[in-house]
Parts: sequence; C-alpha cells; structure tokens
Amino acid sequence: MKVSYFPGCTLKNKAVMLDEYARRSAEALGVTLEEIENWQCCGGVFTTSKDEVATKLSSVRALKDAALKGQPLVTVCSACHNVIKQTNYAMLTDPEFASKVNRYMAEEPYNGETQVLHYLELLRDTVGFDAVKEKVVNSLKGKKIAAYYGCLLLRPAGVMQMDDPENPRIMEDLIRALGAEPVVFANRNECCGGYVTVESPALAARKSADVADNAKAAGADMIITACPLCRYNLIKNGSELPVVYFTELLAEALGVKEDTNE
Amino acid sequence: MNNKEKLLKEEILRMSGVNPVKCMRCGKCSGTCPAYDEMEYHPHQFVSMVESGDIEPLLESKSLYRCLTCFACVDRCPRNVEPAKLVEAVRLLAVRKQGANHLKPEDVAAVLDDDTPQQLLVSAFRKYAK
Ligand code: SF4
Ligand code: SF4
Repeated sequence: MKVSYFPGCTLKNKAVMLDEYARRSAEALGVTLEEIENWQCCGGVFTTSKDEVATKLSSVRALKDAALKGQPLVTVCSACHNVIKQTNYAMLTDPEFASKVNRYMAEEPYNGETQVLHYLELLRDTVGFDAVKEKVVNSLKGKKIAAYYGCLLLRPAGVMQMDDPENPRIMEDLIRALGAEPVVFANRNECCGGYVTVESPALAARKSADVADNAKAAGADMIITACPLCRYNLIKNGSELPVVYFTELLAEALGVKEDTNE
Repeated sequence: MNNKEKLLKEEILRMSGVNPVKCMRCGKCSGTCPAYDEMEYHPHQFVSMVESGDIEPLLESKSLYRCLTCFACVDRCPRNVEPAKLVEAVRLLAVRKQGANHLKPEDVAAVLDDDTPQQLLVSAFRKYAK
C-alpha cells in the first residue's frame, strides 16, 4: 500500500537515518512512503493561539495534498506529527479558524479530512504488530529497551489520540514484537527540556538527566525515541545509555539496516 | 480592572479560547509543570492573573520563555482550563511588539554545535520571535 509521507526538515539533515530506516523498514513491511511534493517545514512546535494562521499554512498544504490523493499522511518525527495533527484538529473543529486558512488555499477548501498517522500508528493499526513480528529476521532478544515518549507523541491527549497519555504502550508493544524486553520507567512521558535548551541550558540539562537517569535506574540498556530534539537533549546532557531512533531498531530487526541498494 | 487591562484580557481570552473562570485553584497545573523552578509566575498564576486583568507583570516576565509547551498542564488539569494556551497568548503579545524578539538570529551562533537539530532552531524561533 501507499501512504503520503511528510519527512520534515530535521529528517533531511541531522536525523537523516531516522528517515532512511523508516523508509527501508516500511518497504520491508509492504508499505511505500510517498514523499509529498514541495512540502515545507511544519515550524517545529504548534502555536495554540487561534489568530496564528500563517504559521500553520505549511501543515495545511501537506494535509490537503494527502487529501487530494485520498491517502493518510504519515510522519516519523514526533514534532512534525504533533504540529500536523494539532493543525488538522483545529481545521476540523474550529470553523472560524478553518475559514481564515482557506482564504489562502487555491481552489477547493480543506476541512480536516485527512487521517494523520504517526509511523508507530501505521505499524500498530495498518500493518499490525503481529505482522511486524512475523517479518523479524534478527530478533532483539535479550535487549532491555526503555521507550521514551516525551511530550509530543502523547499530548494533548484529546487531540493526539495515540495512546493513554499517562500509561502508553505502543512503543513497548513494538519492542516486544521485535523480540526485546521493554523497560517501563516513570519519566518516559516527561519533557526533555525541548527548545528551552537555547534559553536555559540548565533547565534542559536537569530535565534530560532526570529522564536518562531514571531509564538507567529502571535497568534499561538503551533508550529509544522518535524525536530528534529529545535525542539531542538526552545525549548532550550526558545520558549514560545510548539513545537511538526507534526506526533503527526496527530496521535492525527486519534485517534492512544495511543499505542493499548501493 | 481599568479599561486597558480589560481590553488586554479580552484579547488574550480570544486568542487562547481559555475560560479562566473554570479554574478551581487546585494548583495541579503548577505541580506538574516541568519548568516550575525557573518560573516567576506559575501556570495557575497565569490563570488567576489573566482573570483579574493583572497582565502587565506577565508580559514582562521571563516565565514566558521558560514554558516548554509540554502540554502537561493541559492534560492534567481536572477542569480542562488549558493554562499553556494562556502562556502562549501572553508570550505572543510580548514578542509581537516591534523590536521585542526574544531570540535573534545573531544569538544563534552561541548555542549551535555540530549536532544541533534543525528542529531546535525552528522551534525556538517560532516561540521566541515574530
Ligand atoms: S490545574 Fe486547572 S483547575 Fe487546577 S489550578 Fe491549574 S488551571 Fe486551575
Ligand atoms: S506547557 Fe508550559 S506551563 Fe504547561 S506544564 Fe508545560 S512547561 Fe509548564
């Protein structure tokens, strides 16, 4: 099957392997990620103010592109997913906001028709974790893995609707499907410090250390994430555990980590 | 509340869609806020101060730039008040003023390193500058 795909600016630069492993793994699972044409940066963070219209147009254009193809819109980066999903929710539920946005849209208006999926949801709901499990060629048996959700995948829960925001399991279920053992830790849904790392490095350092130390104390030997900024903050602030993208683990288990196309 | 305060309050409520009257002053938003230690005014104070029109101190406060947009206060408020949306509206009013950008392109070199993800810079500019 084919889905529309919004990679985002970081996945074209500093997090290029998050994207590569996602594409290769999807192919191995029978899904083609069709990158939408001329996508623009989502802006990194959603702005909740109702009078912020221009800053949301790039997301709406991506959503509309997927709607015209009749495909769901898939993202891998937690931040892109959060921005696009919250924008779509505003288009669907706030007619006044939607009408302002639609003044910028050529031809037909867009009103929130597109299904917005994170790559993890694609694995869980479209492919199915059982099907993922069947395709595993290198079981990750013996690895103890802490899934770090952070904020962006889960909150605000009423909009994101991915999982229970206080007791999520989607990444733990993926870890199990890959043959490894998930390690649940208290800080898995707390903030890493995010963009405040440019404003108050000390605050971000404390938040990131709380997460990394807590995962280590819970007995994990690695941390996985879907967010380039979480990964950056955790590593920069001294995580003793390796912090890797969940797609790398997936590609490894599916036997597509090494590129065979070159 | 004088007329200026009233207008400012109305604008913030319109931008945010928040109704501060719903707040029951339980403090749960501030209790869960990861930026609490570095804030001069905490999320529950944003709610009560906007409600009473005491907005000038918020506009001047560094608390605006410590909020992580983590939405913990939004999800954990038992009354669905959504304090983060007030913080956002006040911050926008602050940075939208001429010359009031909190982060400037010339500040960036000092925070860059070889691994800085693009996401960090676009997010910071979206929150701190107009
Ligand atoms: S958690 Fe909600 S009800 Fe409680 S003080 Fe904060 S805004 Fe008010
Ligand atoms: S969104 Fe901002 S104010 Fe609310 S809990 Fe997070 S850091 Fe605190």
